[in-house]
This record gives sequence, structure tokens and C-alpha cells, in this order.
Amino acid sequence: MSIDKDKIKHVSKLARISVDEKKIDDLTKDLSSIFKFIEQLNELNTDKVEPLSSILNEPLRSRKDEINDGKIRDKILENSPKKNEEFFVVPKVIE
Amino acid sequence: MVGKVMNGEKGKYLIEGEKGKWEVVIGLEVHAQVSSNSKLFSGSSTKFGAEPNTQVSLVDSAFPGMLPVINEFCVQQAIKTGLGLNAKINLHSVFDRKNYFYADLPQGYQISQYKNPIVGEGKITLDLPNGTKIIGIERLHLEQDAGKSIHDLDPSNTYVDLNRSGVALMEIVSKPDLSSPDEVNAYIKKLRSIMRYLGTCDGNMQEGSLRADVNVSVRKEGNKELGTRCEIKNVNSIKFMQMAIICEAQRQVQLLEAGKSIDQETRLFDTKKNETRSMRSKEDAHDYRYFPDPDLLPLNLNKELIENIKKNLPELPDQKKERFINNYSLTAYEANVLVSEKEISDYFEEVVKTSDIKLAKNWIMGDLFASLNEKNISISQSPVTTKKMSQLIDSISSGVISGRTAKEVFEIMKESGEEPNKIIESKGLQQKSDPKELEKIIEKILTENNDKVEQYKSGKDKLFGFFVGQVMKISGGKANPQLVNQILKNKLKK
Repeated sequence: MSIDKDKIKHVSKLARISVDEKKIDDLTKDLSSIFKFIEQLNELNTDKVEPLSSILNEPLRSRKDEINDGKIRDKILENSPKKNEEFFVVPKVIE
Repeated sequence: MVGKVMNGEKGKYLIEGEKGKWEVVIGLEVHAQVSSNSKLFSGSSTKFGAEPNTQVSLVDSAFPGMLPVINEFCVQQAIKTGLGLNAKINLHSVFDRKNYFYADLPQGYQISQYKNPIVGEGKITLDLPNGTKIIGIERLHLEQDAGKSIHDLDPSNTYVDLNRSGVALMEIVSKPDLSSPDEVNAYIKKLRSIMRYLGTCDGNMQEGSLRADVNVSVRKEGNKELGTRCEIKNVNSIKFMQMAIICEAQRQVQLLEAGKSIDQETRLFDTKKNETRSMRSKEDAHDYRYFPDPDLLPLNLNKELIENIKKNLPELPDQKKERFINNYSLTAYEANVLVSEKEISDYFEEVVKTSDIKLAKNWIMGDLFASLNEKNISISQSPVTTKKMSQLIDSISSGVISGRTAKEVFEIMKESGEEPNKIIESKGLQQKSDPKELEKIIEKILTENNDKVEQYKSGKDKLFGFFVGQVMKISGGKANPQLVNQILKNKLKK
């Protein structure tokens, strides 16, 4: 996969990471070499290998359908930069 | 509007443009809230209508270091729904992160299932005016709901309520097999009915338990290739889905006929202006950068669990319909109507346990349904309980009141919920079914109208109605009509 300037801009926008315009060239170079390194893995033939989504050979732990959490509104709202008694308050987002 | 909507062969839904006829291809992504006490990955309540942010745990608000633990009941509910849709249950499925930023999504990603959903292909049978149609189900997967943004409480800010954040949803994706707004209506109703029978989703559209993204494309009639589709986000009533489809299909026909092309995009349906418009903020939205959630292991199911759920499945609408047709000699149409809601079928079966089937179906589908519509209530909210309905029907079949008087009684019942027997008694509505008493009345009438009796006997048959009318007049409409006919015929013969 080739990484160009536009790709860097696109990904940083999606990830909400601001990237200094001056640093984009360096970033492009660095990331390209990292990808190149990782892409060596593609040389391996994995046709007959099932994709693995976890290396742990354990079953997924589950819980019963019981209500045993919540009712901690003050705690939840405590760290919000902006709030009122009931809600998180954020800048207007509307279509 | 450019194109007139018309019906082609076999009632096919078509849009008549300037340059030909167009068919509409629709696929639905339904988001159905799983009926459960607690959320998909946390122990907060899912109850609707609570005070804002009171049903939020540290997991739901995505505090650092919090880990999701799956609710086993939600998994079972998804399997149950899959079985109800005749679908393949996947023994191995994976939870992925769907990444996007929005104020009501504290994690910055939604836990969903992408490549390996819990349920694979299935199907739903629709009963349409022209017969049945099978709609393919592509998949069903489990995912988290987002919180709710409230835009109208403050002119410059948006308020966020996370009560819904993390509630389990089933996303049910249909194949693009639907081809008209009416089919969409039938599909949603059938899907809702199946889930309500199963108890896996309450289907309450007002409370947002059932919402849909609608994919619409158009193509020239007879064309096999699919056109470019647009996705209309988050439509929350069947009526709005139908309106959105109609205006979106019109828009696409207009563009294509003008030689333009359709951009594949996400659109919003404005119910006030009755138009769809592009959601520019979602331009990058399809770049979700899915990857397996490292906080969750794959979900591996054992066959016994699935077999067990299968064994305990309740009777579903299609099976019940067959049984109703066979056991109660209903027509397919009647059976369809009566099984459409579990509560209605339960009501019907309770009434026919003791009462006449034919009268029961007519009264339920006639006067009772009309009263429910009029008051906009469900059958379980009706003051006319199954017991009272049975009593009313029984008093018709035993001849205590006539069908016509029964309507009068029902008018009172539907308002007050009073017992029919009490209404009949207090208003003195019992039919006069004593032959001797009726005979007396009839004899009196015949003597008083001797001239008419002569005319009748000399061939003026129509006068029979006159005599019946007189009997009814004198009896205050309470004479048993069958008996009156019988006695009159006998008397006039002599």
C-alpha cells in the first residue's frame, strides 16, 4: 500500500488528529517505510489459513441479563467539560 | 413529481417517466432493539423513558479501562430471531469496531459485527394481494445502539443523553427483493410480527425500538442489472419509509432521464418538506475502518444451545395461519388478519374456546377492529375483554338478542366496558322468543289488517314485509325475527 499526502490527510481527518502541514512530507516517508516493512507478511501464502481474530484460546465470557449498574449520573457527568444537571452539553451538531 | 406511479402487469409497481417505465428496487436495514433487561455489554437498564443519563454505566460512557462483557440473553435473542427468520445460525461470529466520531458515541466506535455476523441468510414470506412473495434476508448481526442527541432544548448547544448508549440492537439486512412501498409495509409488519411472537423485540416504533435505513435504486422495467443506490438513514415509521421511497425513486428517475448519474450516498428524509437530501457530513462515513474488537473474544456457540432454543420456539405467524385455516375454516385473508398480532390471535382463540367461530371472527374483525381504530388503541387495551365478547356472541347464538340489537349493546360496551348481559337486562333488550306471546301479537295484527291479509293471499307477496314490520313495531324491535317469520308463514297459509 502506498501512502501519499492525501492519504495522510484523509486518515488524520477520520481519526481527528491534527497534522502540521510542514510535517506531512516526513510523515509520509516514515509511514511508507513502516508499511513496506509490514507488507513483507503478504509474501506468505495464507490461502488455507482461517483469519484469526484473537490469539487467546478461551471462550468469550458472558454475563446474565441482570440490571446491576447505572444510576450514577453525577459520577458520569463529573468529568464532562460542559454539562448541566441532566445532560452532557456539546456544541450544536445538527444536519 | 415527474413520473406517475402506475401498476404494470400483476400489479407491479412502476414509475412512468418521460422516457419509459421504471421499476424500484428496495432493500432494508432494520434496527430492532433486543428485548432485554440490561444492555449488550453492561448491566445498565434498557427501560424506555427514564430520566436522562440515569441508565448509564462507566462502560456505556466509555471511561478509560472499562471492558465490555456480553449479555448472554441478548445472544440467545439474536439466535431465536434468526431461527424465526429460517436463517442459518453461525457457530462462530466476531465483534468488530466500527469507527466514527459523533457526540452521542462516547467510545468513538460502535461495537458491531462486520465480516462474521451471528446469523446468516434467511427468508420472510409476505402475503400480498396477488399471492405470496419471499424476501431474502442477507444477515442479522448484534450491535450497540448510540446515545441520543437533543437539539431543541438550547439554541446553541446539543444535549446528549446516553441512556440508549450500549442497548443491544439486531441489524436485520434484507436482500434487495422489495419492489414497492406496499411490499415494504408488508415486510416491516411481518418482521415485526415475527419478533413480537418470539418476544425478541417489542416493535414499538414510537419508542424507536424499530427503525430502518432504506436503500433505494431504480432501473428500466425488465432490466436485470441493479442501479446505483442511495441509502436513506434512520426512518422511524412505515409511513415515512413509504414516503421516502416514493420521493427518492422519483428523484432518481428524474436525474437518470436528464442523462445524469446517481451518486451513491447517504441521504436524509425531511418529513416536513417531503424530500430527501444529501448528508454531506457523512461523506467519509463509509470509511469505518472496521477491525476485530480486541476487548472481546470471538463468539462461539454450541449446537446444543441452538437446538434447545429451536425446540422451545413458540408458534410463529405462518404456522398459526395454517392452523387457523385448518381448525377454524378461515379463509387465508381472515387467518392473515387474525394472526398479524399475537394479541389478536390470542383474543380470537380465547373467544372461540366457548363461542361460535363464525360470529367471533365477524365481530372481532368488524365492530371490534373498528372500535380499536376509532380510539387508536390495541386489542389488549380494549374495554371489551374476551369474556365480554363471548357473552355478547353467546347471547346472539342463543337467540336472547338479535344481531342488530347486539350492535346496540356493543356500542355501550366499547365505551363503558359493561357486561353485555347487564346491558341487555337493564335496557330490556331481550328478544321476544316466546312463541305464544308472539302468536298473540301476530294474531292481533292479522285481525286488524284483514284487508291486507286477503290481498296477500291473492298474491301480493310483498305484504309479508309489512306484517313483519308491524310485529317489530309493536314488540319494540325485540321480536325474534326467525320466529316471527316462521309463525307468520304458518298463519298466512291457513
